[in-house]
Amino acid sequence: MALLEVENLRTYFYTLRGVVKAVDGVSFELEKGETLGIVGESGCGKSTLAWSLLRLVPPPGRIVGGQIRIDGKDIVGMSESEVRREIRWKRISMIFQGAMNALNPVYTVGDQIIEPLLLHTNMTKQEALERARELIEAVGLAPSILERYPHELSGGQKQRVVIAMALALKPDIVIADEPTTALDVVVQAQILNLMKKLHQEEKMSIILITHDLGVVTELSEKIAVMYAGKIVEFGRAEDIFENPLHPYTKALIRAVPRLKGDIHKLEYIPGTPPDLRSPPPGCRFAPRCPRRFEPCDKEEPPIIEYSKGHYVACWLYTKR
Amino acid sequence: MSHAYRVELGEEILRVQDLKVWFPIKRDISDILLRKPQLYVHAVDGVSFNIRKREIFCLVGESGCGKTTTGKALLRLVPVHSGKAFFKPRKETLEILDAMGVKSENGFVELFGLKDSQFRPLRREIQMIYQDPYGSLNPRFRIKDVLEEVLLVHKIGSTKEERLEIIAKALEMVKLTPVEEFIDRYPHQLSGGQRQRVAIARAIIGNPSLIIADEPVSMLDVSIRAEILEVLLNLRTLLDVSFIFITHDLAVARYICDRIAVMYLGKIVELGDAREVIADPLHPYTEALIAAIPDPDPANRLKFRDLKIKGEVPNAVFIPPGCRFHPRCIYYEQHKETDKELEQLCPVVEPPLSEVKPERYVSCYRYPSIREIVKSGLPTVNKKE
Repeated sequence: MALLEVENLRTYFYTLRGVVKAVDGVSFELEKGETLGIVGESGCGKSTLAWSLLRLVPPPGRIVGGQIRIDGKDIVGMSESEVRREIRWKRISMIFQGAMNALNPVYTVGDQIIEPLLLHTNMTKQEALERARELIEAVGLAPSILERYPHELSGGQKQRVVIAMALALKPDIVIADEPTTALDVVVQAQILNLMKKLHQEEKMSIILITHDLGVVTELSEKIAVMYAGKIVEFGRAEDIFENPLHPYTKALIRAVPRLKGDIHKLEYIPGTPPDLRSPPPGCRFAPRCPRRFEPCDKEEPPIIEYSKGHYVACWLYTKR
Repeated sequence: MSHAYRVELGEEILRVQDLKVWFPIKRDISDILLRKPQLYVHAVDGVSFNIRKREIFCLVGESGCGKTTTGKALLRLVPVHSGKAFFKPRKETLEILDAMGVKSENGFVELFGLKDSQFRPLRREIQMIYQDPYGSLNPRFRIKDVLEEVLLVHKIGSTKEERLEIIAKALEMVKLTPVEEFIDRYPHQLSGGQRQRVAIARAIIGNPSLIIADEPVSMLDVSIRAEILEVLLNLRTLLDVSFIFITHDLAVARYICDRIAVMYLGKIVELGDAREVIADPLHPYTEALIAAIPDPDPANRLKFRDLKIKGEVPNAVFIPPGCRFHPRCIYYEQHKETDKELEQLCPVVEPPLSEVKPERYVSCYRYPSIREIVKSGLPTVNKKE
């Protein structure tokens, strides 16, 4: 049994202008100590997926179907208080997007780090501060940071603090939602190095959510490519990059300029992603797909295992 | 290495010399009474470069390095502390300027010496594209109003029909077709990529000769970036326009630019052919920057990135003396023991930007020729005020 099993998860937003199917039937598994990257463009549902895993979907959104099992125990049906007591921060925690805004400006860093420790464990304030000091050192900062306020820190330091907070209760799974998006490349490389180190030393499972194909390969053993609320391809990072199957994955990889090698003419995907209130009836990528053929507009392709551990949802690879 | 988009470059059209943009820090009454010195944020601190016709010239660097401020200074959108920028406008514009009594030399006018009213005709020639297509278009203007405004301000096209025709042509150039379908829409009815194309159409509609594009694709999704880059690449041959392309993304710079200038803390530290600079960086900072960029390759997962840089970017108020990069420089750290001369140079005298290989400029004492320049006391050295 995998550590985390997500099965047919659906998260919809009930807006006044219709139901937005942000996550619409997503399934995947995550083993202990594994790193999974979820890539996709803006609006593909990757952040909503992250919020769903923590049961923190903001209204008017809610999980309308499927299961999220941690060690076989479903958390979708759990009461909010049970999730808060048993799951959030303890089993699964999150490094939020835009660390700049994830910290409370009127509390010192130390106060913010010890808060989950005081709430979730029986530690005294002294013990909690001791643990906070350990955490701060583990993310490569000086303990004096604990007495500082967020505005006194640089972007990279703030991001490290947010990572330290996510690690406070030694969770099994850490979700990192665009952890380096607002940072400069040098700082980004430092943060990614830190996450690699923590992954190796603490044997944490990491789910890395990003739009950046370069960042995702830095950390992920497996990659899920999302498009319009669905996973269209899933496999080992090597499979995805060396032998991409789905036309969307292929196009995405060819759309990114590289730093090395010959300069090829970049490709782009014409059109825009569908409106998730009324997605197209068949494959959601079909209207933009260069290889569209007869079944694509009519019927949604099932996700199949094309080769061992390499899954794809595309009619090109499916016998009907 | 071949690149389909490389085009023949024309004559020089812009020459920037020792541009400085310093923002004064407000002093309160006690500072004034105590006679504390006026402090400045040295956003741009002595930048020189030139641009040729049809060239795409990149300014790259991390946030806060002054790349955007440099672009804005050329449009006189920020107060310039010192320095000069000589710009060669088209003939028609030059005639207008002549009639206003503006002095020109070989067709070049100095931008920062002009009065505001004299600069106005030049605004048609130097245009800007902003990063955020959601913020740069007035939400209450239709696409046609956005574009017509430029024409009205610069008195292009005498009748409404004539203006509509110019608008249609501009939209075709940025591939927003069929034109009739877009012309009456409001910005909120367009996608990010389409909005950015409207912003580009607005920049080109007055037939400019220089466009300053400030991170034009950074906010767009990967799958549509390439489309916008292609539109920009086509424009330079269609319109004979040059670009200053400001970006933090070196891979994009490598793809689109002819030459790049790497900026650090308000200064250009390296300048040269885009592909050469990225394949073989000469300045330790450029090297560190390139080493930090994650290239999409699954093999990277298994190794830690070797960061060839120490610490964080210092405050632009108190610029380190000598080479402004030396406190973070690994080369200096590793070589100062064996190469005693470095200790007398790096933290003391600012290295000038000079040519160390054909068409490759760098400001670093790693190169003996730069040490020679400084030791012989040539006046290229910028003393710190």
